[in-house]
Amino acid sequence: MVVAPLAAGREGSLRELLDTMNSAPGMADPGNAILPFGAFERLHFARLVLLDDPTLADVEAYGLRPSKAPLYLAFMGDCDGPSRQTLAAMSQRAEAGLRSVFAHCEGFDAHGDLLTWMLAHDTPVAANYVNWVGRSVLQIKQESALQRMLSARVGRRPLASGTEARAARRSLITFVEEEKRAGRLALTPPERTPLRWRIAKLVNLIAVPLAGLIALPLLIVLLPWLIYLLRTRETSDPEICPRPQREALQTLQDLEDHEVSNQYTAIGTLKPGRFRRWLLSVLLVLVDYSCRHVFTRGYLARVQTIHFARWVFIDDKRRVVFASNYDGGHQAYMDDFINKVGWGLNLLFSNGLGWPRTRWLILGGARIEQSFKRYQRRHQIPTQVWYKAYPGLALVDLKRNQRIREGLERERMSDAQALAWLRLL
Amino acid sequence: MKHQGQTHAVDRDDIQGLLRSGYGHHLEACFLLLRIRDREAARAWLVGAPVTSAAMVERPAGPLPETVLQLALSSEGLRALGVADDIIEGFAEEFVSGMAGDANRARRLGDVGASAPERWQWGSGQRVPHVLVLLYALPGRLDAWRRTIEQQCVAGFDTLACLQTADSLDREPFGFRDGISQPKIDWERQRPALDDTRLAYSNLSCLGEFVLGYPNEYGGYTDRPLLDAQRGAQAALPRAEDAPDKADLGRNGSYLVLRQLAQDVRGFWAFMDSAAGGDPDQRERFAAAMVGRTLQGVPLVAATKASDAAASSADLNDFTYQSDPQGLRCPLGAHIRRANPRNADLPAGTRGIVSRLIRTLGFDEEALRQDLVASTRFHRLLRRGRKYGAATLAESLTGPPGAPAGLHFICLGANLARQFEFVQDAWMTGTKFDGLTAESDPQLGTRLPAPDGTPTDGYSIPQPDGPDRRITGLPRFVTVLGGGYFFLPGIRALRYLAAAH
Repeated sequence: MVVAPLAAGREGSLRELLDTMNSAPGMADPGNAILPFGAFERLHFARLVLLDDPTLADVEAYGLRPSKAPLYLAFMGDCDGPSRQTLAAMSQRAEAGLRSVFAHCEGFDAHGDLLTWMLAHDTPVAANYVNWVGRSVLQIKQESALQRMLSARVGRRPLASGTEARAARRSLITFVEEEKRAGRLALTPPERTPLRWRIAKLVNLIAVPLAGLIALPLLIVLLPWLIYLLRTRETSDPEICPRPQREALQTLQDLEDHEVSNQYTAIGTLKPGRFRRWLLSVLLVLVDYSCRHVFTRGYLARVQTIHFARWVFIDDKRRVVFASNYDGGHQAYMDDFINKVGWGLNLLFSNGLGWPRTRWLILGGARIEQSFKRYQRRHQIPTQVWYKAYPGLALVDLKRNQRIREGLERERMSDAQALAWLRLL
Repeated sequence: MKHQGQTHAVDRDDIQGLLRSGYGHHLEACFLLLRIRDREAARAWLVGAPVTSAAMVERPAGPLPETVLQLALSSEGLRALGVADDIIEGFAEEFVSGMAGDANRARRLGDVGASAPERWQWGSGQRVPHVLVLLYALPGRLDAWRRTIEQQCVAGFDTLACLQTADSLDREPFGFRDGISQPKIDWERQRPALDDTRLAYSNLSCLGEFVLGYPNEYGGYTDRPLLDAQRGAQAALPRAEDAPDKADLGRNGSYLVLRQLAQDVRGFWAFMDSAAGGDPDQRERFAAAMVGRTLQGVPLVAATKASDAAASSADLNDFTYQSDPQGLRCPLGAHIRRANPRNADLPAGTRGIVSRLIRTLGFDEEALRQDLVASTRFHRLLRRGRKYGAATLAESLTGPPGAPAGLHFICLGANLARQFEFVQDAWMTGTKFDGLTAESDPQLGTRLPAPDGTPTDGYSIPQPDGPDRRITGLPRFVTVLGGGYFFLPGIRALRYLAAAH
C-alpha cells in the first residue's frame, strides 16, 4: 500500500483528477488515461482513496487533544506475484498518469525515479487475507471462459445412467481440446510458486508458533494481569457510535452496488495506551498467520464473500486502515460480519476507539447490531477509484469454475463423480 | 427471563390492529394516498381519526368491527405536519430518505428500467404520499366507509390516489394461493431478550422484529426517536424500555412498506406455455417450480404434513429445505425459497461443541456449501398486501387482455434496512443467491443484464440425473408502479405527532 500525505492545497485538484479515472461514481474505467488498470494482467483489485478520517476528534472521549493527522492518499492493489513487479510494470506503462496523481503528494520529486518513490512510500500490511491463495487473474478469466463454453454446450436432458454421464463428460473433454487447438480457449497451467516464497512461507509457518512457544511461560505468568488490564478497559472504554452524517452516508452509497462486488475502506484510531497497541499488534500477527496458512482456500472462518482484505497501521500505529473487496451489498456484508464472524471482528476492532462494548474480547461488540452498524458506517470512507479485473464474477462463480476445470482435467471419474461434475455446468 | 409487570406488558390498545391481523374477514379494502394541503385541518383530523387498535380486533368474544381504519405517515408527511427535524432524524435512515429518489436504493431494490421511480404513477417527486389511510370493511360496507373518511379528509388533504383492491384474498393474480408464509410473532414475550445462536429454524419471531420499542432477535432495541420525557408527557407517550428517562415515540409502531406491483398475468402464463411446448401440465409444473409451491400452495419440498392441498396455512408453512440442499425438489432460486430460506444461524451438523466450533471456523466443507444464505430469522417480513384487478386464471391465455392486475404489496417490520431492503436486494434482486448465477427472482426479477453484460433472465431447475434444466429469456413479469416507506405509529404516538408542536 503506497501511502503519502497530500501537499497543502492540492486536495481539490486531486479529487477532480481521480474522478476522471471513473466511468461511474467510484468505478474505475479499466482503460482510463491516467492508470489503465485493465492493462495489468496480474492485477485483481485496486483502489485510490483519500484517507480522510472523520473520527479524529473521538479521542476527546479520553480527555486527549485530537492529533493533527495529515490527509493521505493511499494506493493499494491485490496482484499475482510480487507487488514490486506490478508497481514496476505500472510505473513503466503509466508513468505520466501516476506522476500526475502523486504530484499532489508532499515531497514528490517530479524528476526522481517513480518506482523508487512508490516503493519508498510502500507501507507494510499488518495482516492480509486472500480468498484463494494462488488463484491468478489469468486462471479466473480462463476458467470463466471455460464455464461459459461448457455451460452453453452441455446437453440438458436426463441421463439414463452413470455410463452416459461419463460419456457426456468425455465428449465435453474432446470439445474443449478442439477449442483449445482452434485457439478459442486457453487453460494455462498454474505458475509454480517461486522457491523464495515457499521458503519464506515455511519459515513463517514455524517461526510464529516458535515465538509463541518462547513467550508462553511469560504469557502464563502475566495472564492474570493481562486479563485484569483487558477487563478494566472493556468495562470502562467509552462507546462512540453516533449516527453517521447523512451526507457522508449518501456519498458512500453513491459508490456502491454498481457491480456484484463492492469495496470497503475504513479508518480509525486505536484506543490510547500501550496495552491496546500491543494487543492489536499481536492479534494482527496471528490473523496474518492464519490467513497465510489456514484460511487460504475460499473462506475466512464462515465468510465466503471476501476476495481480499487487509489491515494496515499508519501514523506510528496510532491509526489503522482496513480495506476489503466483497461480494453482495453492504447490508449483506454487515450481516455476515455480525452473524458469522462477530467474534473475529471484536478480536481486532474492539481495540479501536469507540467500538461497541465487548466482553472477554470476543463477545458483545459487533453483536450489538445497531451500535455496530452506526460505528462501521461512520468509520467507512469513500473510495474514490476502485477497480475489479473480473466484473460480474463473484467468489461463488470463481469456486465453481475452478471445480469445473479440476473435474475436466481429472484423469478418471466414477459415474457419480461424472454426474456431480455435469451438474456444476 | 419472562417479562412481566406493567411496564413490560404489550399495550394492545396502543398498537394498530394491522400488526395483529391482516383483516382477513374484511374482504373489502382500499388504500388512500393523501397529501396534506392544510396543515391545521390535517392535524385536527389525525388527532381524532378513528384508528382501530389491536385490542379491538383480537377481543375473542366481541363482534368484529364492521369497518377499520389504519394510518401511516411518510417522512415527507411528518415534515408537512411540522414535526420537528430532530424527531424525524431519529427515525431509520431509509424511512427519512424515502423509497424513491436515491439511485443506490433503486439499484438495490431492482427499481430500474421499467420499474424506475421516475416512471412511477405515485411515490416519487411531487407524488410522494404524506399520509396512507388503509380502509377495510366487511362485505358491502366499504363504499360508505370510504365516503365518510373522504369527507372527513377533504378539508386537510388532497387525494393523490385511491388504490382499489380485489375482494378475494386467497389467490394472487398469477393464480397461486398466497399469504401462507408469515412469521409468528411472540406477542406474549415468551422468548427471552438475549443474543444467542439458534441452531434450528423457527417461525417464531421476537416482538421487536416487527414492533418498535421491544427487543429484537439480537436481544437489542432497534433505533427509533426517543424524546426527552417532558416532551412526550402531554401525549402520555410510553417510556423507552432501554432508556427509561426517555419517551419512546416508536413504541408500538412499525415501518410499513407499500409497493404497487403490476403483474403481467398473461405474459407469465404465455411464457410458461411456450416453455412447456403447450402442454398444460408441464406449464403448471414450470410455474410451480418458479414459485416453489403448487397453485394450491403445497410446497414442492412437501413435508408430509404439508402435502395435502386442503391443509391449513399453518401446515403449509411448516417445513424447511434442510432435506433438499441441492434444490432437486424445490429449485434453489424458487420465489418462496429466496423470500424465506428457512435456515438457521449455523449450517446443520451434530450438536456437539466440537462440531459447532468446526462449523464456526469454516473447517467443514459441506457446511460451507450450505452456508451461502444469511440466517433467515433476521430477515423476516410480516406481509399485509392485497391484490387488485380481476383474477385472471391460467385458462385465459387466449381472448382479450385482462384488466390491469397486481399486488399492493405491504409489509411491516421494525428495521427497513435489515428486513425489506435486505430481502429485496440480496435475496430477490441478487444474482448470486445461494451460489446461483445469471438469474434473479423468477417472479420479481428485472431481467436487465448486469452492467458487465451477464444476463439475469435465466432460471435453473436442478435435476437428479443430469445438468440443471435451464430456462432462459424470462421476460419481466412484475413492474413497480409506485411505492413508499411509512411509519405506522402507535396510537398515542400518532396523536403526539398530530398535535401542535
